[in-house]
Amino acid sequence: MKFGVVVFPGSNCDADCLHAIKVVTGQPAEYIWHKAGSVEGYDCIVLPGGFSYGDYLRCGAIARFSPVMAPVIEFARKGGLVLGICNGFQVLTEAGLLPGALHRNKNLSFLCHDTYLRLENNSTPFTTLGNLGSVMKVPIAHGEGNYYVDSETLKQLEENNQVVFRYCTKEGEITPEANPNGSLNNIAGICNEQGNVLGMMPHPERCAEEILGNTDGQVIFKSLLAAWQRRCG
Amino acid sequence: MFQAKIYVTLRKSVLDPQGNVVRKSLFALGYDNVPEVRIGRYMVVDIEAADRDAAEKQVRDMCDKLLVNPVIEDYTFELVEV
Repeated sequence: MKFGVVVFPGSNCDADCLHAIKVVTGQPAEYIWHKAGSVEGYDCIVLPGGFSYGDYLRCGAIARFSPVMAPVIEFARKGGLVLGICNGFQVLTEAGLLPGALHRNKNLSFLCHDTYLRLENNSTPFTTLGNLGSVMKVPIAHGEGNYYVDSETLKQLEENNQVVFRYCTKEGEITPEANPNGSLNNIAGICNEQGNVLGMMPHPERCAEEILGNTDGQVIFKSLLAAWQRRCG
Repeated sequence: MFQAKIYVTLRKSVLDPQGNVVRKSLFALGYDNVPEVRIGRYMVVDIEAADRDAAEKQVRDMCDKLLVNPVIEDYTFELVEV
């Protein structure tokens, strides 16, 4: 299985993602420059965190029109696996691959700390090895992670089981206090209807190794490999 | 040449955390008659176009494609010949 990590000008979690993928899955991973005209040969595309184009205009708004995004969108529409983390999630919503938008955190602060996430859907290729309802500790680092979507679409998201992660307490309770940024329904990550595109604000690549003191993020990369092996291996 | 003055604001249904903080700050300064503040973005875009209709159409296209995110934002604009 071959992973590609897209590098936009201003991406700054690209190296962490590449490293985590290689260490956790043992599979090859390469950078894809944002000017690339094709994503052929890759089995999973990762849009990493950072501040693409300096977050000018809106987070992800300029990156969404990078040359590489046309083939990424085509890849996703054909069922290809696409994972957007933090700024990558923002790019995916701007690109229309995921519904909704990420806007300014409710308390206006840039938040950089661990959060607890409850796994709400373990039937996606990104979470297949996780236990439904289990709690993961994963750090966030963002100023604009406040998930918003119109009420009709929110209802559809919930009905289709597209909410994959919700901010929760250590014990797994979904409370307003456990919601760091004001996201509707404590949403931390969602997938598209087909389940092949996932966007999440927390950073699994920052908690995927023993040496970092937390390996809760591994499950996402391991799940991707398991799902791919089941499909192609 | 035309100049578009574009005002982008958060949609009514979207909470505006910045606006809320500014409203509270105004209240602290004694402005207790301000029920709401909404903060947005103002853009000035110069456009070379044959006529007003063409310029207006382009402004709408630009807003719909890039300048505005319709999920959370609304916009209005004025177009002047310069």
